[in-house]
Amino acid sequence: MKALRNFLDKIKPQFEKGEKFEIFGSTFEAFESFLFVSDKVTSKGSHIRDSIDMKRTMSVVVIALIPALLFGMWNVGYQHFLSLGEQADFWATFWFGFLKVFPIIVVCYVVGLGIEFVFAQVRGHEVNEGFLVTGMIIPLILPPEIPLWMVAVATAFAVIIGKEVFGGTGMNILNPALTARAFLFFAYPSDMSGDKVWIAEKADALTGATPLGDALVGNIDKIPSPLEMFIGNIPGSIGETSVIAILIGAFILLYTGAGSWRIMFSVVLGGLVMGWIFNLFAINEYMQIPAWEHLIMGGFAFGAVFMATDPVTASQTNKGKFIFGFLIGLLAVLIRVINPAYPEGMMLAILFMNVFAPLIDHYVIEANIKKRLKRAKKLINI
Amino acid sequence: MNSEKNEREPLFSFKNRKLLLNPLNKDNPITVQVLGICSALAVTAKLEPAFVMALSVIAVLAISNVIISLLRNGIPPRIRIIVQLVVIASLVILVDQFLKAFVFDVSKQLSVFVGLIITNCIIMGRLEAFAMSNKPWPAFLDGMGNAFGYGWILIVVAFFRELLGSGTIWGYPVFDKLGLYDVGYKNNGFMILPPMALIIVGIIIWIQRSRNKDLIEEK
Repeated sequence: MKALRNFLDKIKPQFEKGEKFEIFGSTFEAFESFLFVSDKVTSKGSHIRDSIDMKRTMSVVVIALIPALLFGMWNVGYQHFLSLGEQADFWATFWFGFLKVFPIIVVCYVVGLGIEFVFAQVRGHEVNEGFLVTGMIIPLILPPEIPLWMVAVATAFAVIIGKEVFGGTGMNILNPALTARAFLFFAYPSDMSGDKVWIAEKADALTGATPLGDALVGNIDKIPSPLEMFIGNIPGSIGETSVIAILIGAFILLYTGAGSWRIMFSVVLGGLVMGWIFNLFAINEYMQIPAWEHLIMGGFAFGAVFMATDPVTASQTNKGKFIFGFLIGLLAVLIRVINPAYPEGMMLAILFMNVFAPLIDHYVIEANIKKRLKRAKKLINI
Repeated sequence: MNSEKNEREPLFSFKNRKLLLNPLNKDNPITVQVLGICSALAVTAKLEPAFVMALSVIAVLAISNVIISLLRNGIPPRIRIIVQLVVIASLVILVDQFLKAFVFDVSKQLSVFVGLIITNCIIMGRLEAFAMSNKPWPAFLDGMGNAFGYGWILIVVAFFRELLGSGTIWGYPVFDKLGLYDVGYKNNGFMILPPMALIIVGIIIWIQRSRNKDLIEEK
């Protein structure tokens, strides 16, 4: 560690203004603060002044994603061998999944960070750290059979159109990871949905539909048992299947304060309420499934924990967070059950509410101003 | 009388050239004035309909600009919009009939959007803003300029949408001939959907503004 620090200190002057490698200044800064805690503190405004920068917060989220990632790798292998009817030991299973998933992660980071670095150089600002998390989330919400070039195209689209045009990290309206997924969903539907893509190199005899796919076409009896959906050894996107792994992540996020409990809680509440409403009507079989089962199906848990809580695109006010989360849960279940074109509603619900988050904040703040004005007037009248 | 003022202005004086050329770039009706977006989204999935649409708008806008400019002193201000609409509508019907007679397939693809040229904001906008207060020749140039400005954006958007969405250029299967499908390439279905046209227009605006600093609004 010390040798590395010394090395960085030695080459640092070359990257300062007016020196030989000035144009790579932001690149150097990015690597330095990635390796070591920055020695800079916030200089302006009424902030707490310490050296916890965005990279540290982002690192926490990446750590929280690791259980879902590891489980996802194992599950990709497990589904593969299950569909072939072969027996494989734990490490062979995991290794197969690792070989499937790892290239997707590499492609995501190379493309995404590449674009981030280019923009940082051109605009002369520091490299944005937001992509550390985005690059980890994108692979987790894709099916294991996705072609790598599609991952590259979608990542480039998400970073450029979803983020950089608005001014980079912190300025984006839509969650970049979900932008990438939405892009793939609309651009290459046959590689993103249906029952062909969820199991890597599967045997042809098996359909391999996800629980949501089964539920939508009326095969309610084919849905795996709640215990299976909770553990997550079912077909699905790489990181979304295991509710246990996601709950571990949620615990890390909540314990460190990186994720908002208000949003997670209200998303779950919204999903339950909509599920109960459907239970009341119960016109078809899909509406009859217990409300709580929606929480462990598909990407609901993953979206609630990792994507609805994105601090940039969610509502900023505390009251706003409750409204924001509640509507996400409500809409996700509504789209799932009612719309035959979209088996999973979580992605569209979160993107939709991302757009509305500033509006929610606006009215929450306005309401607060009105309330305080009223109180002030009362005081003056007395 | 001042003899210089009576001298005729050359046909392509500096001012007239600007009328023709400005709308192509820094006064572009789509990317700067943000008019005529609806048809730009609707007809740009393929090059051919986009090209025909551009030609139709060029014809309608140039001719209606001249006609209104000729009539400008005789139109009572209170009913000028109605007069303008009558002129545009007659021209659009002419164009529509012409397309049906000679390029029926394209006319079917364009469907209602030929008729909707009547409501294209660019045309009403130019008639109101320019033809009502200028002589026929400048009005003609202004009409041509704006219609071409509209047209080239349409064609650029349609080029990318057709190439990436269907893998063809003017119906010719480029990607198929190049053998891209054999190596696993797939057409981007998103390109066929109208939102992608909006994104491509957005990218054109982005490029245009980063090249021309005059267009960037003060904060």
